[in-house]
Amino acid sequence: MTGYILKRLVSAIPVLLGISVIVFLIMAMIPGDPATAILGSYATPENVEKLNRDLGLDQGLVPRYFIWLGNMMQGDFGRSFALNRPVIDEVLDRFGATLILAGTSFVLCSILGIAAGVVSAARQYGFADKAITFVVLLGISIPSFFLGMMMILLFAVRLKWFPVSGMWPIYGDRNFWVLLDHLAMPAIALSVVATGVIARLARSAMLEVLRQDFIRTARAKGVRESRVIWRHALRAAMVSIIPILGIQAGFVLSGAVYIEMVFQWPGVGRMLVDAILKRDILLVQGGVVFIAACYVMFNIMVDVAQALLDPRIKT
Amino acid sequence: MTFLTLSRRALLTATAAAAFALSGGGAFAQTPENVLIVGQIAEPQALDPAAVTAVNDFRILMNMYDGLVRYKDGTLEVEPSLATDWTISEDGSVYTFTLRDDVTFHDGSAFDAEAVKFNFDRMLDESHPYHNTGPFPLAFFFSAVESVDVIDPQTVSFKLNGPYAPFLSNLAYPTGLIVSPAAVTEHGADFGRNPSGTGAFSFGEWRSNEAVVVQANPDYWDGAPELETVVFRPITDANTRTAEMLAGGIDLMVEVPPVALNEFQGDTYTVHEQAGPHVWFLILNAKEGPFADVRVRQAANYAINKQAIVDDVLEGTAEVAAGPTPPAFAWAYNADLEPYPYDPDKARELLAEAGAEGAELTFYVTEGGSGMLDPVAMGTAIQADLEAVGLDVTIETYEWNTFLGNVNPGLEGKADMAEMAWMTNDPDTLPFLALRTDAWPEAGGFNSGYYSNPEVDTLLEAARIETDQDKRARLYQEMQVIVQEDAPWVFVANWKQNAVTSDRVEGFSLQPSFFLLLDDVTKN
Repeated sequence: MTGYILKRLVSAIPVLLGISVIVFLIMAMIPGDPATAILGSYATPENVEKLNRDLGLDQGLVPRYFIWLGNMMQGDFGRSFALNRPVIDEVLDRFGATLILAGTSFVLCSILGIAAGVVSAARQYGFADKAITFVVLLGISIPSFFLGMMMILLFAVRLKWFPVSGMWPIYGDRNFWVLLDHLAMPAIALSVVATGVIARLARSAMLEVLRQDFIRTARAKGVRESRVIWRHALRAAMVSIIPILGIQAGFVLSGAVYIEMVFQWPGVGRMLVDAILKRDILLVQGGVVFIAACYVMFNIMVDVAQALLDPRIKT
Repeated sequence: MTFLTLSRRALLTATAAAAFALSGGGAFAQTPENVLIVGQIAEPQALDPAAVTAVNDFRILMNMYDGLVRYKDGTLEVEPSLATDWTISEDGSVYTFTLRDDVTFHDGSAFDAEAVKFNFDRMLDESHPYHNTGPFPLAFFFSAVESVDVIDPQTVSFKLNGPYAPFLSNLAYPTGLIVSPAAVTEHGADFGRNPSGTGAFSFGEWRSNEAVVVQANPDYWDGAPELETVVFRPITDANTRTAEMLAGGIDLMVEVPPVALNEFQGDTYTVHEQAGPHVWFLILNAKEGPFADVRVRQAANYAINKQAIVDDVLEGTAEVAAGPTPPAFAWAYNADLEPYPYDPDKARELLAEAGAEGAELTFYVTEGGSGMLDPVAMGTAIQADLEAVGLDVTIETYEWNTFLGNVNPGLEGKADMAEMAWMTNDPDTLPFLALRTDAWPEAGGFNSGYYSNPEVDTLLEAARIETDQDKRARLYQEMQVIVQEDAPWVFVANWKQNAVTSDRVEGFSLQPSFFLLLDDVTKN
């Protein structure tokens, strides 16, 4: 197993290098440069040139890439010029907020999605199945940012149950409960689509397993139906459900961009959108590489978990 | 089949637990008295006035710092601030300021002539030990300054490389705000996050992406403010900002989207409006193609229904522009100027005269950008108006930075017209940078449509060195008449900045400078 993990880790290195090259080239190639973005209407060629020199952007592409890569290897991601602070501080701050949001959403959609899928499968074509399918299709079809805005209008502006936006209150203590208060709406809005997808796929995975011989054997032995479903069948179905969860974790992370915009959640998605608009090159590059590294690590963890569950996958 | 019962019970328990938990944290505390919460449009870049360029940042800075001079309340005319008085030498090239002697920075250090010199040397002198705390993108506002000399602790003089009339209003601009040299020395490049000035409010804390908090300065030389604390919250999404205002999460909201204005009718809210030094226009390519003919340029001005754009697209958040200078510069504005009327027949006539019927035009439109209002919808309305008089307009849309990269180097060989908007602090800035022959893109200016009229050049050069305000005003007024007739642009709109306050806020008014001044505001 250790060998398998090591092999997966080594294979991640070229992926990350490739990503660093791609994000570097994209930022170099998109029209508009940081100096123009900062100066706006005042961007005369003369002013732009001077500011680019001050920002250290007057060197060639190749030396700039290797300086950046070399610094990054030593843990120095550079300084964001639009926010006037080290890139890594900003990315870690923001990534923490995103993890809280996306993590909560991920737990929500995994539990609800699998539960809904299992119930649907156990009651195939029954009332529960039809009702769940209806709700799930509805959830998949509503864009999350629109759902978010509607939730704000109803639950924050009209009913005043939840705060409109932000992660912490402007005043008062910071504790788990006020965080939950701010987290509830964005986390639910973010989890809806993924819940639907997981429910659909969990349902078919379960149906497949429920048709197999060992389920019939279990029932024949007189095992309680709830135990057959939740222990025997679900455990077998998890092998095909877990990779779906891995993919959905990626969707939840990327979907967080919209939700963070709508709910002003101080996360990394919103940070990247702002940074791209301001051509904050180092922040975009550092942020993307960091997120990519986390995503790659997460997928390795999923693969390892799957290998643990299903001995056939082990190399 | 007990599994369903079980899961249903579990679900109910979970829901009840969640609801209970949430109601615990969900008690809605009203925002405290004399603490003003302002909904801003973005996270500030830094709280160092020399280093920032965005109006969003200026809104905070103007409350934390003072300049040597400032704009008189409700106008764009200069009055004393940290300087009590000044003299201008006969030839207009030396400005000598007398400074207040009762002012200290928030960090306790004294404000004096040395501090003033430190500020401008830091920005302008590349060998200054703290020049590396930049970059200072707007330092060119003071590029005319040759040296800053300390005469005595209360007297400082600026030697310019020649007469330069906009100097005083440039000092009133945020780039001219005075920072504490002691704080710059202490914090270096991190001064922007540890600011210290002389203003009505001193820095409290900056929670990244959540809030900038400032506190009343009880020793403020111009009278301590009524508010105890002001919290600036960045809320980038305009819909979310509107929702926060409706839910009571903020007390003051800037830049209300036009479509959201009718949410704030009634007694609970006050909507503030103020026209500012802003002009929204179309640059016409006067060098080549149909717009090289002045009659076609005038035809475009007649053909576009500016009133409809202002009323329907912008929901009344702007006024129709008459010429290149916004009316907010009251002293320099030519009040006799009437906007081009909406007259499609006249436009068709002029096009026929010029033989330009059915001409094909390429029109650069941006998706957004500072001061650009609603550029896509406005561009579409303009396209429709021009097509109605027989022109064939093709729109090309670009993201803002890409757009600037295309427009600023000049429209030649690329397009016939482009959207543009400017907000400036002096009537000199925009025409000097965008209408003179010497401001063509190859000379480093913003005259992207290659307009050239020697008469206008002479007037603008003369106005720039005229230190007598009345004489200077007459030169600008004359310039406006000629430029309107020559029509190098289609003059479309002057934006009215807006803000909404809740009924707990009193004493607030918007300034024509678009700055946000909070020292007279109260909140019950």
